[in-house]
Amino acid sequence: MARLIFLGRLEDIAGTGEMSVASGPVEHILAALDPALAVQLLGEKVRMALNGRLLTDMGGIVLGEGDELAFLPPVSGG
Amino acid sequence: MADVRLAESALDPVAEIAAFNARYPTSGGIVTFLGQVREGGGVEALELKHYGPMTLPGMVELARITQARWPLEGLLIVHRSGIMCPGDPIVLVAAAARHRRDAFEAADFAMDHLKSESWFWKREKTANGWRWIEPREQDHDDLERWR
Repeated sequence: MARLIFLGRLEDIAGTGEMSVASGPVEHILAALDPALAVQLLGEKVRMALNGRLLTDMGGIVLGEGDELAFLPPVSGG
Repeated sequence: MADVRLAESALDPVAEIAAFNARYPTSGGIVTFLGQVREGGGVEALELKHYGPMTLPGMVELARITQARWPLEGLLIVHRSGIMCPGDPIVLVAAAARHRRDAFEAADFAMDHLKSESWFWKREKTANGWRWIEPREQDHDDLERWR
């Protein structure tokens, strides 16, 4: 199994901050999600991090056992 | 030399600033910035969320870049996570340098990057419930000044 993490407003859209998914290509994992959520996750302002490292390109990413893929919407600190 | 922390419970700016100042007696200039939850607009609470694997490491990297850019003797960055009320401190930045200009600029730089380039997500609660705060255009303009 792998894990998807939803930060900020994406947590509200997903209805959860964290989701366990079967390992495999990210495209397949996203295709199995609620389309309304998948559209938000693929928004142009959403960045992704695999095991805490920012991805520059998600093409061809395959989640392995224990991997954590985080979806990061625009930040607002301070 | 940098003291960088993510605070998951209340932070005490007076004690933090006193301890920081005492640590750098040779610094001729110390600039401190405190960000607090603004009162008004019907805001009852503010929540800052972070992401464990990235938020603190990102703050540590920001401190490293700030110190590489200005000759600082000391740098403090403390940022809250969790639920806060109006008047509660959110973020404290202190920069100590031999001369004031470096301290002013370093604190300003660190704050601009904490606002719009650090891994925090903010939402506020009013009588209508919780609402996520999107970054403002001004925050991006502030960042551009340093590029």
